[in-house]
Amino acid sequence: MADPAVEKSPAEIVSEGQHNKDFKPPELTGEIGAPPVRDGMIVKGVTSAIKPHMAKPEIQSKLGFPETLVDNWEEVAVRKLGELLERYKSLQVYLDICVRCGSCTDKCQFYLGSSDPNNMPVARAELLRRVYKRYFTTEGRIFGKMAGAQKLDLGVLSDWYAYFHQCSQCRRCSVFCPYGIDTAEISMAAREIMDSIGLGQQYVNAILGKVHEIGNNLGMNPKALAATLESTEEDLEEETGQKIRLPLDEEGAEVLMVTPSADFFASPHVESLLGYAKVFHQAGISWTLSTAASEAGNFGMFIGNYSQMRKVASRVGVAIREMKTKRLVVGECGHAWRIAYSFWNTLIGPFDTLDPKYPAPQHICEFTLDLVKRGAIKLDKSANDEFTVTFHDSCNVARGSAMGDRPGGQFTIPRELIKASCSRFVDMDKDTIREKTFCCGGGGGLLTDEIMQIRVQGAMPRVQALNSVMQSDGVNFMALICAICKAQLTKVLPKYGIPVSVAGGVHQLVGRAIELGAKA
Amino acid sequence: MSGLTIVFSLFFYIAFNIFLVGILLKLWKYAATPAPLKIPQTPAPKTAAGVGFRMFQEVALFKSLFRGNKLVWLGGYIFHLGLLLVFIKHFRFLLPSTPLLLDNFVKYDLYTGFILLGALAFLFILRLAIDRHFFISVINDYLLLGLLMAIASTGLLSRFWPGGGVKANIPEIKAFVGGLFSFHPGPVPLNALFLIHFSLVMILLMYFPFSKMMHAFGVFFSPTRNQIDNSRQKRWGPWTVRTPGRPQPEEPVYAQPSFAVSDED
Ligand code: HEM
Ligand code: SF4
Ligand code: SF4
Ligand code: SF4
Repeated sequence: MADPAVEKSPAEIVSEGQHNKDFKPPELTGEIGAPPVRDGMIVKGVTSAIKPHMAKPEIQSKLGFPETLVDNWEEVAVRKLGELLERYKSLQVYLDICVRCGSCTDKCQFYLGSSDPNNMPVARAELLRRVYKRYFTTEGRIFGKMAGAQKLDLGVLSDWYAYFHQCSQCRRCSVFCPYGIDTAEISMAAREIMDSIGLGQQYVNAILGKVHEIGNNLGMNPKALAATLESTEEDLEEETGQKIRLPLDEEGAEVLMVTPSADFFASPHVESLLGYAKVFHQAGISWTLSTAASEAGNFGMFIGNYSQMRKVASRVGVAIREMKTKRLVVGECGHAWRIAYSFWNTLIGPFDTLDPKYPAPQHICEFTLDLVKRGAIKLDKSANDEFTVTFHDSCNVARGSAMGDRPGGQFTIPRELIKASCSRFVDMDKDTIREKTFCCGGGGGLLTDEIMQIRVQGAMPRVQALNSVMQSDGVNFMALICAICKAQLTKVLPKYGIPVSVAGGVHQLVGRAIELGAKA
Repeated sequence: MSGLTIVFSLFFYIAFNIFLVGILLKLWKYAATPAPLKIPQTPAPKTAAGVGFRMFQEVALFKSLFRGNKLVWLGGYIFHLGLLLVFIKHFRFLLPSTPLLLDNFVKYDLYTGFILLGALAFLFILRLAIDRHFFISVINDYLLLGLLMAIASTGLLSRFWPGGGVKANIPEIKAFVGGLFSFHPGPVPLNALFLIHFSLVMILLMYFPFSKMMHAFGVFFSPTRNQIDNSRQKRWGPWTVRTPGRPQPEEPVYAQPSFAVSDED
């Protein structure tokens, strides 16, 4: 027991959470309504103590952040906010123009699942907006609390640390906002401010350190990676009787494949890796993975840090030049695809060494569907006859990126590919798919066990909709295109009494259905 | 010129300048701040024309709000439409002669003001009645709705309450208000109702640039809505706006990162 006489440091006050191991997941009632109102008032702060572990000093210093909460944190934080306001139009405009119309209030899975009103997107944004008003606006200086302005004190900082880590930056709120206010942008800014005063998040910052040092989120060094791929190749040959390759660092290959490192051995991720390998093999297109770019994920976005994001992305820029590849394809990963599709060209472009005939980068679903349509590979649906499949639109793919050349390709292309691989496909409730999709509850750097409670609660709307089609249509497979979705759902589904086997990759289905061997 | 005329004229010029300069400064700020990354909220249009159409739907129809909350949409849409119509009707006080169309509109439209007031009251009630909206509202949200309701009420009284005595003063009002814009204001009409209505509008103007009312302009600067989804076709940025005196972008060199690919186990 800690001695109560010993005073807690400000860093402890702000970052100490409660990790409630035996909380109950929400019930699957079939309804995804705004939480019920008790006595006409909402209960505030029920998840205020759910906080991720604070980053250790050695982790912080590797990224160039202060090791722990600095003494003059208020001053530094306000200065940083001022800097960000000059750097990001989104932040400046969004902090100014919210009219508190309420449209976003019942749209966030973390509010719906936790019933803590501070998880309503506008309320989350207000945590930062209050401070903005107090230090940067005439209205806040004149009207103070009446305008909602507030001084940055330890209580506020503590709320920042909790609630900006209960946002998966999924952008669902933005869809329903009359001005497109994207609370994800605000969360990113808040996290960047917290990093700048030494209040980092252990999980995300440790992973960033690993990428810089070793090359991927899982910290697999090149030797271990080569060994893993080799043994996977052997398994593949045993299973299929064909020599299907998982090439690593092969200069001059046609395609550089960048995929989340979880694909190399996590389950069910690896099934998708096998799917990619079979597709390349059967289409006869040479490809390679790269040790330098052995990670598609980029956690720099989660902490809103442009330099970190650029540094992680630049590995890919190096790899395409070193491998002299002509095409760049990205594996199944939600936020990775957002960064690849929307940011890479800015961060590491222009891609002038690549073949201009193909989009750069290209999503593996675009790549494979194109081959299917051209008849370069054949899929046998009956291989997946045991499944009735539904598809979870990963939020970062749905609302932060695209596929194909028409708006909404990110919805149709994976679905077409799934329908080409299996006989029975059912969509979930229309308010829970496409651009209205709910996050799996683990995105945005929340995939760490000490905040399991909010992860389970945040998954509620998605699981609710899944459970409905499981009951009504006998769905037993939810196809995913995101490494985080896969990791999160395999952990969370069992807590709701749904078998792990329901979560799997799109290329898991493709890999099972693809007809290998001589072409007809 | 009477003392009172000078006071109210000055009030007008000060308020109007705060309004104008305040807005221009804000617009400058919004325009000058870079948007370093492509963050359109997808699915997004792939062309500039498409983005124009998207923006039009937001501004003219409040499309996203409609998807998000039908009640607020109803109240908000009627309120803004009413505001626009009432604003247009005010031009009869500014223009030397009233165009026929406007004249007829004013003559036959007896309802817009009341509907506007009703919509404002409805929005006020929504804030109180829906607990989520109550939770997020701050006092200034109510004050602003109150101010707008007070403006609408005094305006309506001016037109429909004979005891207010505004009707008799219309030519004087025209001379005063119209004159303010040509820098030759006539004597300020000595009518309490008019002076209250006028003063409240001046307060609204002065508050505008510092308040959430800036959404009227800010919406056009929202990167999630005004960006074209063409990041793969056209390289964005890196930093599209460079303003002297502002932090300059880190050049997004793709160049060799300092990665030490360690070979140890
Ligand atoms: C481009 C023009 C404009 C657009 C697209 C626009 C759009 C909107 C939308 C979508 C809302 C949210 C719905 C609501 O709460 O009513 C809103 C709220 C509001 N607007 Fe506007 N608006 C515009 C111009 C103006 C102007 C010129 C004013 C000046 C008085 C104004 C005053 C307000 C107020 C006071 C609210 C908050 C209502 C409340 O508190 O519930 N708007 N606006
Ligand atoms: S929908 Fe947009 S304007 Fe309305 S409360 Fe939410 S963030 Fe503010
Ligand atoms: S971005 Fe997603 S998680 Fe964050 S507040 Fe908006 S809806 Fe919630
Ligand atoms: S994990 Fe999947 S659903 Fe969740 S944030 Fe990422 S892309 Fe979105």
